[in-house]
Amino acid sequence: MHVSSPLAADPQIEVVSREVSDSRKALGRGLIILASLVLAAILVVQVLYATDAIAVGFENWRPALYAFLLWSVALGVGQVLIRGEHGQRALFLLPAILFTVAMVIFPTFFGLYIAFTDWNLSSFKGRQFNGLDNVMGLLQDSYFWNALLNMVYYVLSVLVQYAIAFGLALLLNAEIRARKFFRVAFLMPFMLSPVAVSWMVGKSIMEYRYGPAATLARHLGWDSPAFFTTPWVARFSIMAMDSWVWIPFIMVLLLAGLQALPKELSEAAKVDGATPWQSFWEVTFPLMLPVSVTAIILRIIFELKLADIVINVTAGNPGGATDTVSSFIFRVYRDRSNVGYGTMLAEFYLVIIIIFVTLLLKWASRWIRRYTWQ
Amino acid sequence: MATDAIALEQVRDDTPVRHAGFLSSRVLIYGALLLWAFISLFPIYWTVTTSFKVAVNVTQGHMVPWVDFQPDWKGWRSLGLSPDTIGETSTVRDEFLKRFENSILASVGASILAVVIGSLAAYGLSRFQYRFGPWRNKDISFFFLSQLILPPVVLAMPFLVLYKELALLDTKIGLILVYTLMVLPIVIWIMRDQFDTIPQELEQAALVDGCTVWGAFLRIVLPIALPGMVAAFILSVVLCWNEYFFAALLTSTDAKTLPVMVASQTGSQGINWWSMAALSTAAIAPLVLIGLFLERYIVKGLTAGAVK
Repeated sequence: MHVSSPLAADPQIEVVSREVSDSRKALGRGLIILASLVLAAILVVQVLYATDAIAVGFENWRPALYAFLLWSVALGVGQVLIRGEHGQRALFLLPAILFTVAMVIFPTFFGLYIAFTDWNLSSFKGRQFNGLDNVMGLLQDSYFWNALLNMVYYVLSVLVQYAIAFGLALLLNAEIRARKFFRVAFLMPFMLSPVAVSWMVGKSIMEYRYGPAATLARHLGWDSPAFFTTPWVARFSIMAMDSWVWIPFIMVLLLAGLQALPKELSEAAKVDGATPWQSFWEVTFPLMLPVSVTAIILRIIFELKLADIVINVTAGNPGGATDTVSSFIFRVYRDRSNVGYGTMLAEFYLVIIIIFVTLLLKWASRWIRRYTWQ
Repeated sequence: MATDAIALEQVRDDTPVRHAGFLSSRVLIYGALLLWAFISLFPIYWTVTTSFKVAVNVTQGHMVPWVDFQPDWKGWRSLGLSPDTIGETSTVRDEFLKRFENSILASVGASILAVVIGSLAAYGLSRFQYRFGPWRNKDISFFFLSQLILPPVVLAMPFLVLYKELALLDTKIGLILVYTLMVLPIVIWIMRDQFDTIPQELEQAALVDGCTVWGAFLRIVLPIALPGMVAAFILSVVLCWNEYFFAALLTSTDAKTLPVMVASQTGSQGINWWSMAALSTAAIAPLVLIGLFLERYIVKGLTAGAVK
């Protein structure tokens, strides 16, 4: 992920500092303080009302949201008033920062709190702190560990997707007619919604009585082509559908990489008498490594969120063989209304993902460096 | 280039053996291309044709309209979208149109919001140096990008509770906010890449002429960055249109989107293939159109920043 590369060139625009008068600064500070007071007052009133300490309050927390919006605007205006030119620059970044912080930080911490409660929407007791019970439950939940193991298989399937996508990108990069048609056709599966794909492919084409895939399989000698009844076949069927949707994504990235390669290199290899096979492995493939790694890492990050297709086609069956972590937690929420436990699973999964992706990024950058420096 | 290639081939192809090799490699390439085009397009073809089938065509495995079977409006009639029912009132059609409208509002609204605040942030990160405590530009960029890793399932429950308290559950605004959060990292990534390719001299000249930073941004940089914004917008619309997880959890009656409607239909066992196919066709039609006509923007959006 090129997080850092565009930053290599230092941002250069000079500060045109204009003097900001003291009264203007005071006005800005006053505005921010006032808005903060309003926000704090509304929050305090609402907390007291929610805990039945006072009788007067708002019906819901919506006013707190408006107060936060107001406070954000005041903060922006205040920045410009106090810091002048610098404030105007901060104004570019502020909306995105405030939005993301409000939408992510609070829910994440709130989620941590939920994760340690025995909150179940279908019971009348309300939530109660239950310490490490959810963690113990998680450690003993064989379905969850099974889902986690499935994620390993699904992530490994990304390598197969990558190989196919590379082949397709090479085909599209060759001297062919009707390139535009093939590009549009190949990209099409990526555009379709996974839910629609679940029906189109999973529930009708792969349907065991009338689906064309089943008919084809019968002709090829598979007597009872049931795609979703035995564990490994079902897993492969889900992988096939998932690949069908996502191969175009990898392909587009690799194709862009191929088109950016200097033409002279492969020409030179050809002149030197290299076979296409040699020229691919010794020229094209090494040069494509950085793009490949970016594509694979991005794809793995998206693969870790895989849920829609599994939820809609198999719902994890047979016996959890196709479950992803997300689809399993979705069922914990949906069917068992077990909010506390489901959130604990989700937070645990998040920790695993963060560790895994961090290691992956570290390993990838080290590997690329070693490979390109030798 | 083209003439070079032809000349090269003529030199190479002077012997019959070479010629045969060249021909067979062509056959292989086009064979592979056609095979994958078939794999990519067959499910779409299947869905569209199935929406015009009746029961016997499905069970007999008929494939080609007018040759195998006579197209019938049955599937579309059950949606209230066939020529003979289009004038009449139909509850299914009303339901469908409402979901369709919700999907459009949610995905377009979220994409506009994300492109606006994402472009601003991307421009700031591309041009100025920020310091926020120990955080520099690099860390702020990473903070935004790291949101990509967050799986929806982690945020789902807290959002459900939060939205309940804020009275945002089952509202389009609530959905728009979640979707904006979902596509914001991608938009910032694309726009950063876009702004980095625009030379800074342009704005510097404007600043010297007495423009403010915002004036220079709005009047000079924005028009140049428009293609990138369109790419980011279209990619966001596609991603939001297809989103299922949050929509399934956070909406119930009012704000339900099209994927949730499609999914709820697949769940029921007795559903007819033709009506399901008609519904799927209608749900994917806008995406197929976007794919046909705006493919290059999708590609531009996907490849931004990935290839350097």
